[in-house]
Amino acid sequence: MSKNDEVILLDFWASPFAMRVKIALAEKGIKFEAREEDIMAGKSELLLNSNPLHKKVPVLLHYGKPICESAIIVSYIDEVWPFPALLPTCYYARAQARFWADFVDKKVGFHPYYSETFLNLLPTCYYARTQARFWADFVDKKLFDGGCGIWRNNGDALELGKKEFIEILQVLEGALGGDFFGGDNFGFVDTIAIPHASWFYAYEQFGGFKVEDACPKLSAWIERCLKRDSVAKSLPDPSKVYEFLCMFRKMNGLD
Amino acid sequence: MGELKVIGAWASPFAIRPRIALTLKSIEYEYIEENLRAKSDLLLKSNPVHKKVPVLLHGDRPICESLVILQYIDEQWTTGPSILPSDPYDRAIARFWAAYVDDKFFPALAGILKAQNEEAKAEALGQVKAGLELLEKALKDCGKEGVFYGGEGIGYVDIAFGSYLGWVRAVESMGEVKLLDEDKTPGLVGWAERFCSHEAVKDVMPETEKLIEFAKKLFSKPT
Repeated sequence: MSKNDEVILLDFWASPFAMRVKIALAEKGIKFEAREEDIMAGKSELLLNSNPLHKKVPVLLHYGKPICESAIIVSYIDEVWPFPALLPTCYYARAQARFWADFVDKKVGFHPYYSETFLNLLPTCYYARTQARFWADFVDKKLFDGGCGIWRNNGDALELGKKEFIEILQVLEGALGGDFFGGDNFGFVDTIAIPHASWFYAYEQFGGFKVEDACPKLSAWIERCLKRDSVAKSLPDPSKVYEFLCMFRKMNGLD
Repeated sequence: MGELKVIGAWASPFAIRPRIALTLKSIEYEYIEENLRAKSDLLLKSNPVHKKVPVLLHGDRPICESLVILQYIDEQWTTGPSILPSDPYDRAIARFWAAYVDDKFFPALAGILKAQNEEAKAEALGQVKAGLELLEKALKDCGKEGVFYGGEGIGYVDIAFGSYLGWVRAVESMGEVKLLDEDKTPGLVGWAERFCSHEAVKDVMPETEKLIEFAKKLFSKPT
């Protein structure tokens, strides 16, 4: 597969799920065409044909073959274009292990500690991949719906929603492995989670709270991610998301 | 790397998934039955985020979420049959259908039992039947004359969807409905027989009668 393959993304500017795919493609340097769905005008033929079951964005079309469900799309992208890796990859761990084994051979001479290190890199890697999938699954199950508990509500229900949302953020914050979820490098969980941050300003406005106060570590992680090109160009202006949600709230008689 | 344990609960369709996968790969493990009404320290410590079964303990490392566990097992033990296909597109399709059964199909199935009135029951039933027709088509589209979703051997979608079959049969009996139908879903009828009688499945699939008894207690309204 090359970075010039025919890749089309069926997109919606405010969708955090679509943003995940844009970030993944940008991280890998893959050229793609984003086709914006106009959700007010009704779904396009192409969307309905490509995702007949869910009829939702994002959909990735790779030479016309549709892949649906954002976390599944990100996994697909990571497997088809392996470098740089989003999930910790055993090829990389193996290559690292061979490098260091070779270094040791040449510089230090054989030492049993190093061969143990070599062996331990492999199982560690599978576990790291598994932990990444677990936290991506947690984000999928909890983060967006948690936010809905704020922006779709008023009064007491909103207050409860806010409390539950902050709890979810605190659990997520506990999973931060370092600068990023996987440790030193931006990876799979970061790609899955960071798009949701574009909706946080709106939640803060509706709920009267600040993510920075409740979760300073997570807030610092958001800032770090926003410095990356792939993230900065894939996320919308949070004030536009806020305007968009205000419109929805008005339409549903919440404001 | 250490010994293997699966913390599960006999009636949980999610908990039988890792057991099927490990048996498929001929990997030995210790099974620990959890009482979900009085969760053990081991479970709460191993899965503090969700506090649910199944949990796979590999040495001192816990792995949680049944589909995440399946992928771990497939990556960790590469001798023996593969669970996920090797082609990335086929893997994406397999993950899609597994996500579908968990996010849409199972809640609709449970909806039949939870329904408070005939209208709600009919709606849930409609959703389940529509889902089964989609899954019937997906089985045909997999090729291999629809033996299993995974081809000639059971794979990711077979384990994800097949683990619900005990409950499908229980719902058929309790709800007095026909879900797997020779007329509408003949492929699935054959697939269900093959799956449930598979070496890796038959000893861990809960008995329908026991599930019915269990469901009666679970869904009985307090007087």
